[in-house]
Amino acid sequence: MNFNNFTQCAVYLGVLLLAAWPLGLYMARVYEGRSSWLGSLERFIYRLCGVNEKEEMAWKTYAIATMMFSGVGLLAVFLLQRFQNHLPFNPMAMGPVSPDSSFNTAISFVSNTNWQGYGGEYTMSYLTQMLALTVQNFVSAATGMAVLVALIRGFVRKKAEGIGNFWVDMVRSTLYILLPLSTIFALFLVWQGMPQTFHPSVTVPLVQAMNGPDGKPVTEQVLATGPVASQVAIKMLGTNGGGYFNANSAHPYENPTPFSNFVELEAILLIAAALCFTFGSMVGNPREGRALLAAMTLIFVPLLWLCVSSEQAGNPAFTKAGVDQSASMLQPGGNMEGKEVRFGVAQSALWATATTAASNGSVNSMHDSFTPLGGLVPLVMMKFGEVVYGGVGSGLYGMLIFALIAVFIAGLMVGRTPEYLGKKIEAYEVKMASIAALIMGFFVLLGTAVAVVTAAGKAGIANPGAHGFSEILYAFTSAANNNGSAFAGLSANTSFYNSLLGITMFFTRFWVIIPILAIAGSLAKKKVVPAGPGTLPTDTPLFVVFLASVVIIVGALCFFPALSLGPIVEHFTMWGG
Amino acid sequence: MLKQLRIALMSTLVLTGVMGLFYPIAITGLAQLLFPKQANGSLIYKDGKAVGSSLIGQPFDDPKYFWSRPSATGPVPYNGAASCGSNQGPTNPALLKAVQDRVDVLRKADSDNTQPIPVDLVTASGSGLDPHISPAAAAYQAGRVAKVRGMSLTTVQELVQKHTQGRFLGLLGEPGVNVLELNLDLDAAQKPS
Repeated sequence: MNFNNFTQCAVYLGVLLLAAWPLGLYMARVYEGRSSWLGSLERFIYRLCGVNEKEEMAWKTYAIATMMFSGVGLLAVFLLQRFQNHLPFNPMAMGPVSPDSSFNTAISFVSNTNWQGYGGEYTMSYLTQMLALTVQNFVSAATGMAVLVALIRGFVRKKAEGIGNFWVDMVRSTLYILLPLSTIFALFLVWQGMPQTFHPSVTVPLVQAMNGPDGKPVTEQVLATGPVASQVAIKMLGTNGGGYFNANSAHPYENPTPFSNFVELEAILLIAAALCFTFGSMVGNPREGRALLAAMTLIFVPLLWLCVSSEQAGNPAFTKAGVDQSASMLQPGGNMEGKEVRFGVAQSALWATATTAASNGSVNSMHDSFTPLGGLVPLVMMKFGEVVYGGVGSGLYGMLIFALIAVFIAGLMVGRTPEYLGKKIEAYEVKMASIAALIMGFFVLLGTAVAVVTAAGKAGIANPGAHGFSEILYAFTSAANNNGSAFAGLSANTSFYNSLLGITMFFTRFWVIIPILAIAGSLAKKKVVPAGPGTLPTDTPLFVVFLASVVIIVGALCFFPALSLGPIVEHFTMWGG
Repeated sequence: MLKQLRIALMSTLVLTGVMGLFYPIAITGLAQLLFPKQANGSLIYKDGKAVGSSLIGQPFDDPKYFWSRPSATGPVPYNGAASCGSNQGPTNPALLKAVQDRVDVLRKADSDNTQPIPVDLVTASGSGLDPHISPAAAAYQAGRVAKVRGMSLTTVQELVQKHTQGRFLGLLGEPGVNVLELNLDLDAAQKPS
């Protein structure tokens, strides 16, 4: 890693950890009801919706509320797409979206995946972008945060039935955290050059006319615009990642400058990292939150290094063709296929690592064109279950599941009932944690297997050889982790992929949320056992390393064979000649 | 159960109003008020007419212009209404052939130039709309442009310098030369003659 790349990565991580701390403490105040500067608007919303904010929910009610809310959202997003041609705010006269694509996109946005089977600028009306996609960007993120807070309450409460109120947690996440941050962020993005308008596309003349594919000269360029900034702000902050444009944050209108790129990149991991501080504050021991954050960073840094240095090393075949890929004062060099000049290797590799560490899934470069090991990194990041910072809420609840598994394994080694944060971890919790941890691998491997043996699955492949397998593996890994990024050469807007990936996204989101709420309910009922001499302390460097190892080992055991068939084989093919 | 369903319906409706209508409309109002140029696509105007956007690249293959990066958009390159990258993998023979073809075209257009070709000039960008080339790619082409136009190399290099955007704070991102703005300026500089 050269000096330029090192500095850019170091500045990124430094700013992230510094900004996460105050935000995390603020969020703890929000969830404990100690912040109420939007109280009148909040109460007005509760009155309109018929929410009794004092009501405590048992875990089953909390889960029902979560599912009902997601179900209604699913239906709304589906219908808005199907009928967008009859609705206002459609200046470019977009027709209805196909049923299978609407189904896929509805699940995708409600489950915080934001997989894009479609190309935004030529598929969705302004109204669909706003009412369906922007709204779900907010509330699917808020749902993840609510579930996390319910789980934290499970650790905090003693002999209690309730784990909070879903409606209150979801509304507070939106109003106090996501909406204010998005407003400031959106205006910043417009300042940097992002469009925010309801006017239709602009047509400009080309300086030099070109010959079109049919031999006729092309003299004009159509520039798609729209209300971009308001959607991109929450797309980044809520680990959603579904772009306004097809090229996502590689598009100059969706990411105009190195400055906008830096701030968008911070926004990917900001809330997820901050929630570790929220956790520490709510459980009354900041060291517990910092330990989880440290375990995440411990996994993040080496993978980031691998991605940056693989991309910087470039493609040996390009060098043979007489192309200069070396870094100099005049160019960053490296593998520039699918990358933008203003981002270069460092900001593109940083983005790829961060967007898959989180469940963001936005891209500022095309992962499909990464070098084999550069593309292995986002794939592996997702396969660890997106617990390295992770999605907002979902990342930390995933990491807490791994923490339970870690104390359980440690307990097995010494023959003691494990504890975490003063709560005894017993058979019920471990069973639920295992379901939550293993469901993803099941869907990834099964889905990939089905796709590679069926004609409809293989038809989507764009690149020959091992890389084609990686494209399919990446698609199912992305869907099963609610990420949404892609090896985008794969033609996934077919009824086969729309249905199979849609089903995958649905089950891997909600079959994780329900066991987690069950754990929350079971923990809340327990009393606290005081730490004794046999208690494994969970806020020490030893536990940090142990936890990171558990995450890596579970991921490697599930996926190493699949990875060797894809990126690893391709790496040796590329460098071996 | 029914009660939760009723709340789910109502809250979806109310939150759609707040985040789906009020929020984007308020941001649009503020954006149009505070940053009207950017909010409408950063258009470049000449004689009162929009001639392009400083953020969206255009295709060039005339030797008198600086060439932009290859673009994978269809059906024409630099299609501002359908952004995309090539998505070709690093070992895909089609990619290696495309790179070789681009190298050959560049060599043919400027046969005296023996410098190695900067990588960004022969690889497709992520968006297909990249407005920039690296300073190395501009330096590679400056001699050709000066020769074809009959301008002095220094004048061309000064214009390149003028349209080079650096790293943010000298640290983040990478420097780039805005191709469309540079080419418009080149045309303007030669107009009087």
